[in-house]
Amino acid sequence: MPAEIYLNVAVSGLLTGLVYGLMALGLSVIFGVVRVVNFAHGEMMTIAMYLAIVLFAAFRLDPLVMMVPIAGVLFALGYAMQAGLISPFINRPEHMQFMLLVAVAMIIVNTLLILFGPDARNVQTSYAFDSFAVGPLIVDATKVYAGGAAIVAASALFAFFRRARIGTAIRACADNYTGALVVGLDVKRLYALTFGLGAACVGAAGSMLVLLVDVTPALGPSYTLLAFVIVITGGLGSMPGALLGGVLIGFTEALAGLLFTPSAKSMFAFAILVLVLLFRPQGLLGKKVA
Amino acid sequence: MTRSHVAALTRRRLLAGAAATASLLAAPAVVRGQGAPLKVGVLLPRSGAQAGIGQDCWRGVEIAPSILKDLKLPEFAVMNGDTETSVDVARSRAEKLISDGAQILVGAFDSGQSSAIAQVAEQKGIPFVINIAAAPPITEQGYKFVFRNFPTAPMILGDAFANQKELFEATGTAPKSVVFMHVNDTFGTAMAQGIGGVMPRFNMPYKIADTISYDPTARDLSVEVAKAKATGAEALLMVSRLNDAILLTRELVKQRWSPMAVLSMGPGWYEDQYIKTLGKLSDGPLSFVPWYDPNKRLSKILEAALAKAHPGVNLNTNHIYTFEALLVAADAYKRAGSADPKALADAIRQTNITDNVSIGPGIQFDQKGQNDKLKNAGIQNRGGKLVTVAPKAASNAKPDLPMTPYDKRA
Amino acid sequence: MTDWRDRVPGRGGVALIGLGVVLLAAPLVANDYLLTILILILYFAYTGQAWNIMSGFAGQLSLGHALFVGLGAYVAAALYVHFGVAPWIGLVAAVAVAAACGAGIGFLAFRFGVAGVYLAILTIAFAEFARIGFDHFAWVGGSAGFFLPVATYTRNDVWNLRGNPTMFYYVILALTAAALLLSHALLRSRLGYYWLAIREDEEAARALGIDTFRCKMAAVVISAALTSVAGVFFAFYYNNLFPEQVFHISRSIELILAPIIGGIGTLFGPVVGAVLLTGLAEGLREALDVFGFDAPGIKQVFYGICLLVVVTLLPDGVWPPLARALRLRPREGA
Repeated sequence: MPAEIYLNVAVSGLLTGLVYGLMALGLSVIFGVVRVVNFAHGEMMTIAMYLAIVLFAAFRLDPLVMMVPIAGVLFALGYAMQAGLISPFINRPEHMQFMLLVAVAMIIVNTLLILFGPDARNVQTSYAFDSFAVGPLIVDATKVYAGGAAIVAASALFAFFRRARIGTAIRACADNYTGALVVGLDVKRLYALTFGLGAACVGAAGSMLVLLVDVTPALGPSYTLLAFVIVITGGLGSMPGALLGGVLIGFTEALAGLLFTPSAKSMFAFAILVLVLLFRPQGLLGKKVA
Repeated sequence: MTRSHVAALTRRRLLAGAAATASLLAAPAVVRGQGAPLKVGVLLPRSGAQAGIGQDCWRGVEIAPSILKDLKLPEFAVMNGDTETSVDVARSRAEKLISDGAQILVGAFDSGQSSAIAQVAEQKGIPFVINIAAAPPITEQGYKFVFRNFPTAPMILGDAFANQKELFEATGTAPKSVVFMHVNDTFGTAMAQGIGGVMPRFNMPYKIADTISYDPTARDLSVEVAKAKATGAEALLMVSRLNDAILLTRELVKQRWSPMAVLSMGPGWYEDQYIKTLGKLSDGPLSFVPWYDPNKRLSKILEAALAKAHPGVNLNTNHIYTFEALLVAADAYKRAGSADPKALADAIRQTNITDNVSIGPGIQFDQKGQNDKLKNAGIQNRGGKLVTVAPKAASNAKPDLPMTPYDKRA
Repeated sequence: MTDWRDRVPGRGGVALIGLGVVLLAAPLVANDYLLTILILILYFAYTGQAWNIMSGFAGQLSLGHALFVGLGAYVAAALYVHFGVAPWIGLVAAVAVAAACGAGIGFLAFRFGVAGVYLAILTIAFAEFARIGFDHFAWVGGSAGFFLPVATYTRNDVWNLRGNPTMFYYVILALTAAALLLSHALLRSRLGYYWLAIREDEEAARALGIDTFRCKMAAVVISAALTSVAGVFFAFYYNNLFPEQVFHISRSIELILAPIIGGIGTLFGPVVGAVLLTGLAEGLREALDVFGFDAPGIKQVFYGICLLVVVTLLPDGVWPPLARALRLRPREGA
């Protein structure tokens, strides 16, 4: 096979991986700070995707432009979910958290089915079929825009957690829960805020992903799984780790699909997951848990 | 048509249907006589992963009653069962419908679910007419009460190759090599397994350069298309579903590869959603699938009825075969003269309906309960509509081969 | 907290015996539809109980139990179809394969200290691996499916598991009863106490000298072995297997709904949960039919809401508060 195929596929995998990374970033924030096993993660993203579709149909605005308002809506949703529903579950055993979010996921998926029907929907932007030819490379335009947007969104989040006071407060909660309480942080509110931020991330990722993928109500679960694989691979509590994990998984899957049977390419993501869990459970960029 | 609109429509019909049935039952009843509407249990996946297809099949059920009435066939009452795309639910729904008095079952689109229902039907001695399911084993079990009016995967393959050859001869062009891409699900794999045995019989002008199978839930098919393009094949031989068809076409455009033909042997490339989503880019693909004969009288009636009930929806496999399953049921009821399941099953076995919709001599069943006389068509997307280009006897247009390259379309 | 001691059958025992009689007599009065529902209930009670041993008693959360169901199903089915081996013999092979697999996963996980959510995700990874793997496994049909030849139903052949629903009902009833007895015995055994200790605080348990590795391995292996028997039953009851359906994560989730809702870690939790959930599903369907709500998916919405309510209000599941309310002697963890 000619060399440029590998290059094309690698670049494509990398760009898609960036969007996956942004989605996983949301989970890393939620899982890393609030320690809730958010099994409705992919479903939340599906909500964002449908929102983008509805807004596009109504106002013809590009999803990348709508990224901020959609993230805002998801923020509110996440905040409400944490404050209203999930809060009592934080100290309950994992299987109960899991059950709660599975129930939430079920409700979301089927409500979307009732509202939008089972047919796949998508957003047809003017550049939907464009591609850039750079020498031997043919790069999908939408992937470039989506990948770029993912980097912008991720940087904004990093900056928030580094600079903003609330950001540092949240990191404090994650690092040392009791300590945070002792210094007088309103942990409950911060948790809700964090969940909201994670949801906002997922919302932004959704408005990018809607350019690449068609939405059906049942889209969520496979992305939830993917998000967990990426977060664990990249490292819990490490935001660059989530992005790195996303890129790694996107890249590996793409190449695996090229070299082996494409229908088995997901096996590689799971193989990586197993290896990470066994040999480096804190993930590639995570800190070793005391 | 929005979701809620359809739901309301269905609910209204359901209540109306229930009221009508109730009034019929309230009338002085003749024991199991003709005159009482036949209770048909319709099992379809209306929620779950196959919801879209199940709901599409349902459209075939909706338009059936008035057409069958015009054909002077007895009435039937539909008992609705949602299999929820699950084998467990399919089985328990089938049991429920039977215990609620269903005299015949129709369904269920999916091979796994149909297989589960078939076992229940056989055990209870209730006839089961399968509308759509291509896995060969279902009619190889020696069942006496299960009938399938749909081609098996090998039948679809055989006709696909025959029709392709016909088209190549008619247009004077043929690809020298193809890349065979198939979705790795029940149908796709059954077709892939069948190709080895079926293709050599036809002496096709092309060789299969490579076989690429992909995950049905794959959201990104750029790698697969890149691989396909790299084989240097001239045409694409496909078995896919709807979402992958759309994704693949987009990738073909983005990766700047216009194969000389897309030869699809499954769903997706001709569906309404595909045409609506891709607009001008949807023209060209050839689909070799179970279809209707546009020259048959009943096809025109069915098409008109569908256009009236659901404007903008093209008549397709789901509607046709679901309708024909009900046609079989009603016709058998008329000939049997009673709703006794054994009598019905015997009547179905003797079915010989020539005034039908699908291609071929008509609806008849062999001793395995399979309609082995079905023929499949070659259809092509043209200007947002579907034309039948093969077999010649059932065609209404000439084929467009090779396909206009994607970058040459305005 | 937990009262492990087994008392002489009080009210609870009588109730249990009564239930047993009812269940034994059920096929005489129930029509086939009801029987199918009962089979489903018992199937979920059985698999829930098997899962409960690993995740409830020993506290090792598994979200990939469909893996063991699938392995059991495919091994027994393959032996039957390709070599004519009767299911009861094929069962031995199925159990062996599943147990080995469980041991493998357990070894990898516990040697490397994978626990909690990470263990759960590891089990998902293995189940997905199996799903994709079997999708490409042509000898058992791959994703096109594996069909078992279905014989005529003129007579019940228990040896080959060919027969009418009544036969399958008694088989699964026997299996569920056996699972309950086994669980009861395990809970009262030393191993059961070690599991409780590990579940509550593994560090402390290790400090007390308990070989946590071996105990956890035992839990996984026993659970895997039991679950695979359900797989064998599944294969011969439905007579077709598709990797997408058998190994899918939704199956794993479906499997654990009953024990968690019923009461994880308790003896009767899975049974109570299975009855409640299957009853709820059917009941919702009936109710929605009566009200004429035909929108596909609406049943699942209500189902999800019910789950949500139960999970929020009853953090220990349904059985413990129910048992306390009925003042039945608690036979196991409350």
